[in-house]
Amino acid sequence: MKRWLRDTRLAGVVLILVLLGVWQYSAVYVVHTASWPPVTRVWAAWVENVADGTLLGHLWATCWRQMLGYAIASVLGVSLGLLMGYYRFLYNLFEPLVEVVRPIPGAAYLPVLVLFVGIGHEMKVILILVAAFFPILLNTYGGVRSIDVVQLDTARTFGLTTLQTFREVILPAASPQILTGMRISLAISLILAILGEMIVSNDGLGYYTILAQRTFRVPEMYAGLFMLAIFGYLLNRLFLLAESRLIRWHHETSGRR
Amino acid sequence: MRMTPTTEGSRRYLVVEDLEKRFAAHGRSALDGISFSVARGSFLSVIGPSGCGKSTLLSILAGLSLPSGGTVMLDDAPVTGPRRDMVYVFQQYGKSIFPWKTVLDNVLLGIKYRSRDPRRELVERCRAHLALVGLGDYAHYYPYQLSGGMQQRVAIARALVCRPDLLLMDEPFSALDAMTRAELQDLLLRIWEEFRLTILFVTHDLDEALYLAQHVILLSAGPGRVAGGLDVPLAYPRNQVETRSDPVYLGLRARLYRFMVEQGLAGRTEPS
Repeated sequence: MKRWLRDTRLAGVVLILVLLGVWQYSAVYVVHTASWPPVTRVWAAWVENVADGTLLGHLWATCWRQMLGYAIASVLGVSLGLLMGYYRFLYNLFEPLVEVVRPIPGAAYLPVLVLFVGIGHEMKVILILVAAFFPILLNTYGGVRSIDVVQLDTARTFGLTTLQTFREVILPAASPQILTGMRISLAISLILAILGEMIVSNDGLGYYTILAQRTFRVPEMYAGLFMLAIFGYLLNRLFLLAESRLIRWHHETSGRR
Repeated sequence: MRMTPTTEGSRRYLVVEDLEKRFAAHGRSALDGISFSVARGSFLSVIGPSGCGKSTLLSILAGLSLPSGGTVMLDDAPVTGPRRDMVYVFQQYGKSIFPWKTVLDNVLLGIKYRSRDPRRELVERCRAHLALVGLGDYAHYYPYQLSGGMQQRVAIARALVCRPDLLLMDEPFSALDAMTRAELQDLLLRIWEEFRLTILFVTHDLDEALYLAQHVILLSAGPGRVAGGLDVPLAYPRNQVETRSDPVYLGLRARLYRFMVEQGLAGRTEPS
């Protein structure tokens, strides 16, 4: 096998281009239906809707509510997770509750939230928050509980207070697992943002996409999906970049790069 | 030049009396009535087979765990928790040296919460101690960039920067290769003399115990008891080649080994 083919991801990029080509060919020559427009028409719709600001406005709406819910979930999940992981009493108090509530799919909270918070911006933020909270919480207390006793004893040997131990030892030692939970929740928060927007909203990419479908503007619908793909991809890349900077020591120590 | 421990200092610096440790989980005794005392400024090795409770003993001395019975007195005050006048050096340097901190920050952790001196001054002190253990050029490296021997040097620098009187060491060199271990043994002896420390050094290696210490205590296993002890009347500075081929050393080694055989312990130690 040629070296560049094995060692670079060029082939994967080419595959995407080929699939887009197949799409284009099939839409122009094989499948003649309004549900399957050629890529070029989707692209034109995307450019037009980006140029007039429509798509960017909806992207901003989605991004803003996702980040707000995700940020609150992260702060709450990491804080409570650190405490639950460190204090056995808090773990024994909350862990059974978490195990009972956690299996409920995040989307199932939507009807309840509509009853209590209505259908506005707050409802979607809380929906995102609830769904993103649990993976972060679980991974945080899991990470804290698996800290080696030697590391905690080292902190005690040098007379660190509990607060200093949290800052110097527990938080950094658990950070690889905390970041794993945060990466899972990042994806979940986008799913819930789109879902909430599709069901009850008047802005956001989920709203834009489903509105385009309902009004038979099919190229726009696909343009919304394109935008989501780009946004999700960038979000994940940014997260991995931040993660590799934050816990470089972990990748080096465990030999994973 | 130092000779035997009995000739200098008070023997009552660290006094361990009738120490017992039972683990509730399986009702088994790990330590059963351990008593000994250590003079200020002396070097004591504790040797015993695996499972004799050496690490349990050391963690009680360090104040990291509580005994089921008996007392530990250090400098005429009972040990009830970790204290500033002693530092524990762990066997697992890979964990005890925090992988998310640079070498300098690891050493700094030893003093930054204990001293009110300005940070610049603390950093200078840390750098001086790193130079002392031969890591002057590695302040900004991360542990994963260092060998095991270098990581344990960081642990020693971090311990020394606290200016302790007593160093508790739990098999600190057992994970290192023979050459590195010899280097670190000599480094430790130099430091012991320079800083006038008291060192309690736990090991399962009979040669290491004899080479380093002025006095060796032998523990028996299951439950841990003091089976015997002997003085090591060899002059310092010691030398890896000459000391280890000294007739006195060889005689002691034979005596200690024979004693361990008699106690039925030899099969479980590493005579190396």
